[in-house]
Amino acid sequence: MEILVCVKRVPDTAENEISIKGDGTDIERDDLVYSVNEWDNYATEEAIQIRDKVGGSVTVVTVGDSESEEILRRQMAMGADKGILLADDAFEGSDGRGIASILKAEIQKGKYDLVLTGAQADDGAAQVGGMLAAMLDWPYASLVNKVDVEGGKLKIGREIEGGNQEMNEIELPCVLSIQTGINEPRYVGIRGIRKVASVEIPSHGAGDLGIAAGSVGAAAAKVKRADYFTPELGKGAEILEGSMEEKIDKLIELLKAKGGLK
Amino acid sequence: MAQIFAYIAHKNGVVEDSAAELAVAAKKIDAAAQVTAIVTGSGSTLDSACQGAAKLYAQVWKVDNAALAYPNGEVVRKALAKIVPAGSILLVPHDTFGMDMAPGLSIKLDAAYAADIVGLDGLDGATLKAVRQEFAGMAHTHVAIDTAKGAVLTLRPGSFQPDGAGASGSVTDKSGDAGDLSAKRRFLQVVEAETGDVDITKADVLVSVGRGIEDAENISIAQELADAMGAVVSCSRPIVDAKWLEKARQVGTSGKTVKPKVYMAMGISGSFQHLGGIKGSPFIVAVNKNPKAPIFQVADVGIVENILEFMPAMTEKLG
Repeated sequence: MEILVCVKRVPDTAENEISIKGDGTDIERDDLVYSVNEWDNYATEEAIQIRDKVGGSVTVVTVGDSESEEILRRQMAMGADKGILLADDAFEGSDGRGIASILKAEIQKGKYDLVLTGAQADDGAAQVGGMLAAMLDWPYASLVNKVDVEGGKLKIGREIEGGNQEMNEIELPCVLSIQTGINEPRYVGIRGIRKVASVEIPSHGAGDLGIAAGSVGAAAAKVKRADYFTPELGKGAEILEGSMEEKIDKLIELLKAKGGLK
Repeated sequence: MAQIFAYIAHKNGVVEDSAAELAVAAKKIDAAAQVTAIVTGSGSTLDSACQGAAKLYAQVWKVDNAALAYPNGEVVRKALAKIVPAGSILLVPHDTFGMDMAPGLSIKLDAAYAADIVGLDGLDGATLKAVRQEFAGMAHTHVAIDTAKGAVLTLRPGSFQPDGAGASGSVTDKSGDAGDLSAKRRFLQVVEAETGDVDITKADVLVSVGRGIEDAENISIAQELADAMGAVVSCSRPIVDAKWLEKARQVGTSGKTVKPKVYMAMGISGSFQHLGGIKGSPFIVAVNKNPKAPIFQVADVGIVENILEFMPAMTEKLG
């Protein structure tokens, strides 16, 4: 099976405190730790496991700049066979639809049976996989937490409300967005990264993909971020101050009053 | 004047809470708009769902087809692509169905798409200003949506409080307009979540751990605090993903809905999916080393500390 995994380089929210620049144009990016989007990492692992079971190859692709190469190499160190970088000044400022159009053009240059994305990334929109499938006219399933290859089809589970699982049969080729927890992504050590450090990663631009200037990027975006802001919050939590011991004493008192401690 | 449609989620013939929330959101987009509910399904449960929708919307479009008996996103999208008029705004709940169905529909309708909207500031010409969150709720953003060729918008559950307004709407049968509903994805069945050996939904006090627990070995630190408090250990999604605790202990929209008296959120950032699983207004205590963690916005009491130091200290104090 020929599998393409779409990945994105994002600020790691588990490692960073996100703060907004004074003028609201962006978040403070100077000291951010970037990594591969967590959902995408599960998608890559799933692709590798499927390939190891039924054969074929795994290609990882990202729309980004030269800095995004590092996440492609990281996914190749996990076991992906190839990496492709989609980079062009014309891609900057694309909305979800623009990103999906760029990926669609790359997919149509190849011959893939299965395209995986993470269920969502740093902007929380969870949109690119579904848009991509619609553009390709392929079937789609989101929030996938189980994949079994059965003949020329897949049997998949989708995570739905309440921790229940919706089982579906889906034809190939298809696009699936992968939910966290579907597998246990393998650890990548520094030695693994070194092994793929010199592998060439092709970079494709708008011209290579036959994408008309102006059909993607900021000019084509129907959804534009106006600013980042800090909302006026309600009263929020009463923050307990003092030493650790003082905080605990105050909390125990409060919990006793609320029936949380006998 | 915008033409606005609302997709109505329903189960066993009863419309979900989102039906009333979308009606409020539609008014925030354009108070003068004509708003139509679209209800898809099959048979008698569809009819009762339409009656429920007619109590909230002046117009209800019913789409009855055996292929729509279960809300398979692939099938519903096909029907809506035929039924929703070009140029209109469609509202959909941002739940596991909406996330599945809606992005692709925006492509089929050649409409703008904005997901997981938490606030709406109204239309200015064809531009709709909305509020979203990024970076796991740690940053808010205003977005400008060009609705000139229509828009598909998913709205975060719970973000638009129903205003109690009622309607006595009329139901129009649009089943004939749905067209061919064959799809390349076939719904098989729903597998119910396994019940674990501990029922967190019955606990009065929960010590709930998130990413801040850092390692599987540290779960015992939370268990010791829970034991000292007479509480039960629950957790957020990343802990289950990492397989450090079983799924039955997960609080959230994709886990269990709990109604404790006291909820101790230990090293939990507080995503909306997690908070969606906490009902009954418990007294929420948040301990997190990140003072900007969204959990502090909803907690009653907050303590900025590393839980790996805080929990053993509290256990000792209680011992």
